[in-house]
Amino acid sequence: MGALCDRLKQDYRLKEGLNACINCGTCTAICPAAEFYRYDPRQIVVTVQNDDDEELERLLRSDVIWYCGECMSCVTRCPRKNAPGLVIMALRSLSIETGLFIESEKGRQQYLLSKDLCSNVLDYGYCVYPRRFDYAGHPEAGKVWQWEEQHLDDVFERLGGNLDGKGPGAMRRIPQEDLDQLKRIFDLTGATARMETVRKAGEKKAEELGMTLEEFEQAVYSKTDQRHLHG
Amino acid sequence: MIYEGKKKIWSDYQKEIPDDHYFYVRSCIRQSFFPASEATFLDITRNRLGKDIFETEHHTTCGGIAYHSDTIPQETVMTIVARQFALMKKYGYENYVCSCITSFGLYSEILETWHEFPELQEKIARLLKESCGLEFAKPKYLIHASDLIYKYRNLIAAQAKFKLVNAKTGEPLRVVEHIGCHYSKMFPSKGVGGAEYPYVLTGMIDAWGGEVIDYPERRHCCGFGFRQYFIKGNRSYSLSNTHKKFESMEPYKPDMIITNCPGCPYFLDRWQYVIAESSGKTYGPDGQGIPVFTYEEVAGLVMGYDPWDLGLQTHQVPVEPLLDKLGIPYDPAKKYLGKNGKDLGKPEDTCFCCSGII
Repeated sequence: MGALCDRLKQDYRLKEGLNACINCGTCTAICPAAEFYRYDPRQIVVTVQNDDDEELERLLRSDVIWYCGECMSCVTRCPRKNAPGLVIMALRSLSIETGLFIESEKGRQQYLLSKDLCSNVLDYGYCVYPRRFDYAGHPEAGKVWQWEEQHLDDVFERLGGNLDGKGPGAMRRIPQEDLDQLKRIFDLTGATARMETVRKAGEKKAEELGMTLEEFEQAVYSKTDQRHLHG
Repeated sequence: MIYEGKKKIWSDYQKEIPDDHYFYVRSCIRQSFFPASEATFLDITRNRLGKDIFETEHHTTCGGIAYHSDTIPQETVMTIVARQFALMKKYGYENYVCSCITSFGLYSEILETWHEFPELQEKIARLLKESCGLEFAKPKYLIHASDLIYKYRNLIAAQAKFKLVNAKTGEPLRVVEHIGCHYSKMFPSKGVGGAEYPYVLTGMIDAWGGEVIDYPERRHCCGFGFRQYFIKGNRSYSLSNTHKKFESMEPYKPDMIITNCPGCPYFLDRWQYVIAESSGKTYGPDGQGIPVFTYEEVAGLVMGYDPWDLGLQTHQVPVEPLLDKLGIPYDPAKKYLGKNGKDLGKPEDTCFCCSGII
């Protein structure tokens, strides 16, 4: 037991998600991430259950807690009604709050995720906003999306959307008073502080690596070590 | 015998779905990629079936994608969700229907957590009041929009102009149903039919004349994975999971796929394109892909909506072979036109893996 373990136990997702793991491995058998990554949710839950600060810190510094896709397939199958996916979410939060996330390649990706998703929420009131979903960054979206991107206003109008328009409808312009409320929620509930933690850690890491921020962002977005995957 | 067993399992997971009067909230992904699906949902429920489905421009994202990408704390997403629920009460509703599966799972999880930890609910109510000046409320009924279409499936069938059958042979089409993971994997009792044999889409397929295909990876995730898709370096996770599903369903020769999650139809459609472009492999007949639909699109097709009003031109896998099979008429010349016939050109190279289908 120690300071890190105590902090982890304060997370409601751990309270909800971990009662007593019997180490059966059903979660690993069903896990889409374990199929492709060197990832074993069973082992992660065992580590958490061991209540050892040194082990926990190693986990928080590592890539493995970032492999999960949070599909929660494990929750259905666990014979003890545990939720390894929720345990992962609690671990990720602690890794960010302690700044340890920046020490792993996969954890470092939070720098871009935070920047992009939080700004979508605060600027537009949506997690995903089509004018910021570009074909150049998403060639897998296909030639149809490339065409849509070139004619976004017309396509939305044709399909009954209301892109950046007033009143209700798909992708409407959300009134500023509502965006202001989202900002106040962010400020009051720790999201703004988390964004700052992640931003500063990313900038410091870029400096340590001798990269400009642009180079750092590009590397975080694109690079992946093949050793994450099964051989 | 096995079928009887399945029927018993889903009958254990029946869900009360009010008939009318809903506060409607949209999905970030469905709005972005399938805006016509939400428009169709509202047109069917309001105008064809005469239901009261209310929407206000003041609702926002639930924050679910940001939360499941671990960019915002739990208390943040809970307060955003509390704001959505408070708007429902403010406008005089108690039935809450959402377009998004991530939202639906998140709402279910949050309501459960508040139930288990009342002190947290009290804290969120205080944070809501302080940040937005709104009164805390919880929905009496939490419903996903596919639950409502399931509820109305027979009313839709009664107005149907087409069935999910091969117009030439009269045989039922073979349909894969794909349920978004967050619909019922976390809380099986919250979904129609539970997690193992969800009936929400199967019920629609049954009512509209199709035949449901069972296959080994039927319940496998589409592979979205939040951070696993948004970050380019992780995207092979997403692609690999879709690939696994298609390899599993291929021997069962599906005619089409129907989904209830906003993200799944995007991934199952686009990754087929990537697999075809990168390896030449296709999963449908004659070098075609398998068309993937939202449940609103399928309801619209059954009811006789024009395929291009439903937004089927924004799919990467061409839908025309399936429309032909169903006997649904369409005008190829109008596929990529804007409103009032405005010329928008057309996508480059829209043939699917050199199939020649334009």
